[in-house]
Amino acid sequence: MNYTTEIMDIYKETSPEENVLIPDDISVKDDRKYKLTARNINAFYGDLHALKDINMNFPQNSVTAFIGPSGCGKSTFLRLFNRMNDYIEGFRLEGEIILDDVDIYNEKIVIEQLRKDVGMVFQKPNPFPKTIFENVAYGLRIQGENNKSFLQDKVENALKQVALWDEVKDDLKKNALSLSGGQQQRVCIARALAVEPKIILMDEPTSALDPISTSRIENLIFELREDYTIIIVTHNLQQAGRISDFTAFFYLGDLIEMGRTHDIFTNPKNKRTENYITGRFG
Amino acid sequence: MHTKKNENIIEFLLFMSAFITVLTTIGIILVLSIEAFKFFKEVSIFEFLTSKEWTPLFTKKNFGILPLLSGTILTSLIAILVALPLGLTIAVYLSEYTSKKFRDYIKPSLEVLAAVPTVVYGFFALTVVTPFLQKLIPGMSGFNSLSAGIVMGIMIIPIISSMSEDALRAVPYSLREASYGLGSTRLQTAFRVTVPAASSGIVVSVILGISRAVGETMIVAIAAGQQPRFTFNPLVPVETLTAYIVQVSLGDVPHNSLEYRTIFAAGITLFVFTFILNNISYYIKTKYREKYE
Ligand SMILES: Nc1ncnc2c1ncn2[C@@H]1O[C@H](COP(=O)(O)OP(=O)(O)OP(=O)(O)O)[C@@H](O)[C@H]1O
Ligand SMILES: [Mg+2]
Repeated sequence: MNYTTEIMDIYKETSPEENVLIPDDISVKDDRKYKLTARNINAFYGDLHALKDINMNFPQNSVTAFIGPSGCGKSTFLRLFNRMNDYIEGFRLEGEIILDDVDIYNEKIVIEQLRKDVGMVFQKPNPFPKTIFENVAYGLRIQGENNKSFLQDKVENALKQVALWDEVKDDLKKNALSLSGGQQQRVCIARALAVEPKIILMDEPTSALDPISTSRIENLIFELREDYTIIIVTHNLQQAGRISDFTAFFYLGDLIEMGRTHDIFTNPKNKRTENYITGRFG
Repeated sequence: MHTKKNENIIEFLLFMSAFITVLTTIGIILVLSIEAFKFFKEVSIFEFLTSKEWTPLFTKKNFGILPLLSGTILTSLIAILVALPLGLTIAVYLSEYTSKKFRDYIKPSLEVLAAVPTVVYGFFALTVVTPFLQKLIPGMSGFNSLSAGIVMGIMIIPIISSMSEDALRAVPYSLREASYGLGSTRLQTAFRVTVPAASSGIVVSVILGISRAVGETMIVAIAAGQQPRFTFNPLVPVETLTAYIVQVSLGDVPHNSLEYRTIFAAGITLFVFTFILNNISYYIKTKYREKYE
């Protein structure tokens, strides 16, 4: 059985001009309307076949959630989009990842440049042991930006975007590690936003946080969709239901089913998906 | 056999070894203090700390520790100026750029540097480094703190590189990922994130390196000359605290004389010096240990 090339059966706005797309208008091979496309992806850690023949499209300004049991390849897939797996010894990739018509695994791609377009937020908050200000300014500084007032503007903006500005505006010189876990994670999101990426990858961004911080970050993701294309890995199915437009269910390296979140949760086509979301395994 | 009795014996042995170590330390401090105390009954602490002459073995005796102190500081400073940049570069290279396999080969060969007997280093400084430097710097004397310091620096490279590497590798990988994720190169990540995050460990390695240099005896005794001189000129002969102690211990100064007690005065100065350094490093270590927990 080949589940892997199920395509999304629902489409939303991709750009202001195009408005709502009609179902059947889009096929897997038609990537023009998508911000990001993964094509015929196979990934290996040594002999382990971690991702099997996966195709997937991501419309602009959408939130896509990856769900599935532990070890099914969600993180591996997510980390393909900013080439974070490149450093892993023995990792091998087949297939293409296309961002705005460009294959990001193309030899000419400068990885550092790519990562400015594709930001990432990690599972455990990982602020640098620097001040809040320097954390958020980091991405700009490494691009050679040292203009104080420019940096100040950017930092303020990014912190406002993550609704942290009012809490920390008087403590920008405080070490980011002295903040609470939820605040640290928002600093990390602000840090990613400050370099103005187009895509944001989030690998279980709330799994280490308390419920209140979690719901703040969920609200934030909901708002960020206006300006970014977001992919989020989560073990929290309610969370996927609340914040995502599309949901993809992975199992043992296969993409079992993908579709509009509402459909996946109310009317899954595949038995495995159904079992997983009803909590019968996972 | 895990009987209760066996456990007790083992526990007792463990306690004894700890106890003996502490006892030895106390004994050393006691002997040093008693002899130094006798010394300071005859020589005022004020003279000891302020006089710029150290001539206890001459007829006109002066007991100023400053020349020995300056010799020690000067040679150690030169050593650290050599060892820190090299050691840190090696540490960054090993922890950030190499594979585990390569590291497993290179590290033991680096540690060989620490296993070379110091007398060999001293000889090397005197017969290789000094003649070489004399070609570059005319007028440099045959005994000097520069070549002794440089060679001492080479000797402490492994201390700095291996401890700094441990500190760098203790920095969580997630911080590097965060940095890569924002578009930085390996080099930017190393110097903007990893090294600053490991700074406390690096500082500790430097302090231990300094305290090793301060206590080093053979190299300076052989290559730096044995002339107490209050100077920070690296080209002339000097004498360090340790070199002085060797000189007097090997000489024919009668025991229980004032001359003889000078080595305890020098010894306690050295002890205070390294004691302070070790405590600073201990303080830094404990203060910053839980940073990532
Ligand atoms: N660095 C690695 N080296 C070797 N194998 C790896 C590596 N990282 C992941 N794997 C393997 O690849 C498979 C997919 O792992 P991945 O981390 O992508 O799963 P995941 O869906 O994110 O799981 P989780 O929900 O636990 O985070 C697993 O079998 C895992 O053991
Ligand atoms: Mg994962």
